[in-house]
Amino acid sequence: MKKILDLRGLSCPIPLIQTKNALEDATEVCVTVDEPVAKENILKFANSRHYQAEWSAAGGEYTITIRKEM
Amino acid sequence: MQWLLIIITGIVFGLGAVVLVKAGNPGNYGFCAACHLRDIAGALGIHQVATLQYVRPEILGFILGSFALAKTSGEFRPRGGANPAVRFVLGALMVIGALVFLGCPLRGILRLAGGDLNGLVGLAGFVGGIFTGIAFLKNGYNLGRSHIYQGTNRSVGYVAAIAALVLVVAAATHAGFLQFSAKGPGSMHAPLFLSLVLGLLAGALAWKTRMCLSGGLRDFILVRDTYLLKIYGVIFLAAFIGNQYFGFFKLGFADQPLAHSMHIWNFFGLFLVGLAATLAGGCPLRQLIMAGEGNTDAMFCVLGMLAGAGISHGLNAAGSAAGVGVNGQIAVIAGLLITLAIGFALREKISLQTEG
Repeated sequence: MKKILDLRGLSCPIPLIQTKNALEDATEVCVTVDEPVAKENILKFANSRHYQAEWSAAGGEYTITIRKEM
Repeated sequence: MQWLLIIITGIVFGLGAVVLVKAGNPGNYGFCAACHLRDIAGALGIHQVATLQYVRPEILGFILGSFALAKTSGEFRPRGGANPAVRFVLGALMVIGALVFLGCPLRGILRLAGGDLNGLVGLAGFVGGIFTGIAFLKNGYNLGRSHIYQGTNRSVGYVAAIAALVLVVAAATHAGFLQFSAKGPGSMHAPLFLSLVLGLLAGALAWKTRMCLSGGLRDFILVRDTYLLKIYGVIFLAAFIGNQYFGFFKLGFADQPLAHSMHIWNFFGLFLVGLAATLAGGCPLRQLIMAGEGNTDAMFCVLGMLAGAGISHGLNAAGSAAGVGVNGQIAVIAGLLITLAIGFALREKISLQTEG
C-alpha cells in the first residue's frame, strides 16, 4: 500500500512522527515537507531503518519517497 | 566533515562559555538562552530586579548569527502563522520553569561541566518532560500549519534580526531606554565585543547544525541518531576541560554559582521546560535560532520567554541561591497544569493524507 502525506508547515518533530507512523502499515510513503530540518530528520530516519529513500526539491518544498525493502 | 562541524560547534559553545566566564560573566553563565533573556527583560524594564539588568549580547548574537548564515545560504524563508498565541504562552512557561532551575538545558550542561551536580537533576527532569511531550505529539497534538510568507509579507521575517541589531547598538551606546545593573549578576559581564562575537559564531553554528537538545534526545529515542547529542557531548567536554584549566571546576551540589539544591524543583523546573519545548517545537536556544532565520512563530515564543521572565520576577517566582520559594513552587505546578492542558486541548485533526 502506498501513502501520500502533506506535512508542510508542521512543527518539528511532527513530520518525522507522522512519517514513522505511516510506514508502519504502508510499504511506500511519499511525503511533502517545506523545512530542510524536517527533510533531514526524515532521511535520517529512513537511513536508520535501511529503507530506500529518494528526495527532490522544488520551490522550497521537498518531496521524499520512502520504500520498505520487499 | 561532519565530525569537524560537531567538534567546532562543541568547542565554540563549551570553551566559549568558559572564556566568557573568565572574561567577566557570572559562574557557569557563559551562554544561557533563558537567564540571558531574563537579563535582557530586566534591561528593557520588563521586570524590576535591579541586579538582573543587562542586554546580553550572546543571545542577540545567536539571533544575528542564525540570520546571517540562513540569509547567505539561501535558506532564509520567513514563515509563520501556526498558533503564535499558544507559542507565546509556551515560551513564557519555558522561562518560568527555567528560572526555577536557574538555567536553560544548555546551561544545565554547562553547570554540570563546572561540577554542579544540580545540573544533572535538572537535565533528568528535562528528559522526563520531553518523553511526556512526545506522548502528546503521538496522540495528535499539533499547533496547525505554518506557511511561508510571500511578497511584501516576507518583511516580517526580518523583525527578530532587526530587533536584535537595535539592541546590540543600544547596548554598545548605553542608550537611555536600557537599564544596567550596578551590582549583582547583571553587573558581571564579559566585554560586549567578545560576547557578541562568540554569540554570533555560536548562533551561526547552531543554525548550521540544527542544534537542539530536545531534538538530540528525540533523534536518539526515535531513530537512534546521535549527531546532535555528540555536539552536546563535545560542549560538555570542552567546558569541563576549560573549567579545569581556569580553576572554575568544583564538584558537588552545594555552593554552586547561581544555583540551589532543591532537587525536586530543579527536576520539575526543567521538566516544565522539556514539556513546553516539545509542544512548542524546540528548546529555548532553538527558538532563538529559528526566530533569526525568519520564523515568526518562534519569534512569538521568544517574546513569550521575555514576558515569562517578567512574570517570574514580578511574582517573585524565580529560584535563587537561597532556593525556590512558595511562589516558585506554585508557578511550576501551575505551569505544568497549563502545559498539560495545552497538550490535551490542541489536537485539531488536520488532513495529512492526500491519497492511498
